[in-house]
Amino acid sequence: MNADLRDLYQEVVLDHSKKPRNFRQLEDANRSAEGFNPLCGDRIVLYLKVDQGIIQDIGFQGSGCAISKASASMMTGALKGKTVEEAEALFQRFHDLVTVGPSEGADVASLGKLASLSGVWEFPMRVKCASLAWHTLRSALNGNRQPVSTEDPATT
Amino acid sequence: MEEVRADFPILQQRIHGKPLVYLDSAATSQKPQAVIDAVVKFYSRDNANVHRGVHQLSERATADYEAARVKVQRFINAAKCKEIVFVRGTTEGINLVAQSFGRPRLQQGDQIVISALEHHSNIVPWQMLCEQQGAQLRVAPVNPQGEVLLPELEQLLTPRTRLLAISHISNALGTVNPVRKIVELAHRRGIPVLIDGAQAVPHLPVDVQSLDCDFYVFSGHKMFGPTGIGVLYGKEKWLEQMPPYQGGGDMILSVSFEKTVFNALPYKFEAGTPNIEAAIGLGAAIDYLEGLDVEGRIAHERELLAYGTSALSRFPGIRLIGTAAEKSSVLSFVMDDVHPHDVGTVLDREGIAVRTGHHCAQPVLRQLGVDATVRASLAFYNTQQELDALIRGLQKVREIFQ
Repeated sequence: MNADLRDLYQEVVLDHSKKPRNFRQLEDANRSAEGFNPLCGDRIVLYLKVDQGIIQDIGFQGSGCAISKASASMMTGALKGKTVEEAEALFQRFHDLVTVGPSEGADVASLGKLASLSGVWEFPMRVKCASLAWHTLRSALNGNRQPVSTEDPATT
Repeated sequence: MEEVRADFPILQQRIHGKPLVYLDSAATSQKPQAVIDAVVKFYSRDNANVHRGVHQLSERATADYEAARVKVQRFINAAKCKEIVFVRGTTEGINLVAQSFGRPRLQQGDQIVISALEHHSNIVPWQMLCEQQGAQLRVAPVNPQGEVLLPELEQLLTPRTRLLAISHISNALGTVNPVRKIVELAHRRGIPVLIDGAQAVPHLPVDVQSLDCDFYVFSGHKMFGPTGIGVLYGKEKWLEQMPPYQGGGDMILSVSFEKTVFNALPYKFEAGTPNIEAAIGLGAAIDYLEGLDVEGRIAHERELLAYGTSALSRFPGIRLIGTAAEKSSVLSFVMDDVHPHDVGTVLDREGIAVRTGHHCAQPVLRQLGVDATVRASLAFYNTQQELDALIRGLQKVREIFQ
């Protein structure tokens, strides 16, 4: 594939989309939220088990494009064992990465596997795919009852 | 065909280093130089406001604007020029009929009938109307091939049905509905019919008198004209009875704070300064189409559709969505294990423009078991080589996602 597509569909992204990690419902979840992209039908249900401010366990179900699945899969991997504050900070760094792109001072290394989604910023039409899981995460942590949509002004 | 393509300047470019393969004409069509020139000429030489003013420019602008109306009348064989109302597009035309024709007539418990394969623009205005009036929206089912089932449709037509609204050609599936027959069915029961012709006018000759429909709506930008202009055709008897849709300048004969007198048709429905250059551009698009060999154009599109259908049917792991016996210019499909968005992104990098998503037709796609499809839509400026490029692009998708 040509260089640009390689930026988007990196090996690890394709791997996570074909074999998503933590792709399961959580029996003992105490937080959950739904996210939805009405433009294409990407949907995700996120399950969290939060105990004493730490994300003990996390899982997701749903269907959607390769980018949305990979993003959700990598997100769940990155969040396990993190505190709620660390999760929020990670959301910010990831959001900047996919909307603005990697920048000089950006701590890309700290994003680990998530950095493989950095190519998304060159595909503005796919940013919503990458960020759906993250907006859903925020919704779960805030205890929102309403499903999150990529078309909410709050998610831009 | 080479000559025809040369008329469309936008088709000559490269996307990501590859020749542009534009397969998204159902979303919006490309414009021939003649249409672009007409718009530019208007602003360069003839621009003025229409219908008012005695100066030369205003006369020219008005003449051109009204000449476009006559062109539309002839294009769809309407009986009278006053039956041609310029609106912003199909969507506005449908909303106009819903509010101006539907609202005064619809009582609580009355019904509106549509089909399951309508575009949201031919669903939502009726939902809103039914909500306002306490009326019921009834939906004629489609079979798995994406064809409207006529016996079931007929069963939905009752003494309480006030209007039937149906698309001529489905934008999501390409199904061509038997609209003449449907109008007959409805008229036998005294039910007026609105036809959404947005996808039809670019592809087949439309004769509203022959169809005998009560309303016919379409958009300029889907038929090689500018955006922001559309046509509502309505039989004079209905338009005469209908109250205005929007109030303002131009749709009045006289205004005072005691009494305002509305203007005659069609101006009663054209409030404010119209999209003058777009109407003129639409007229130029009609001139352009009528200058082409109509039979040749239709034959070419039919061949392309057959070629594309065959190629996609033979492609392993691809399932066509919308396989009606009568189809036009739309190839909607899904690919095993690859989401339409991902297909579309890879195709884009090959210079191929398709549309991915629900195509503003969530209900019918949901019924056919999908959330989203890849839609390649054809116009007469497409070629077989372009369909070959689409197939090669899909092979690339396979390679990446296997």
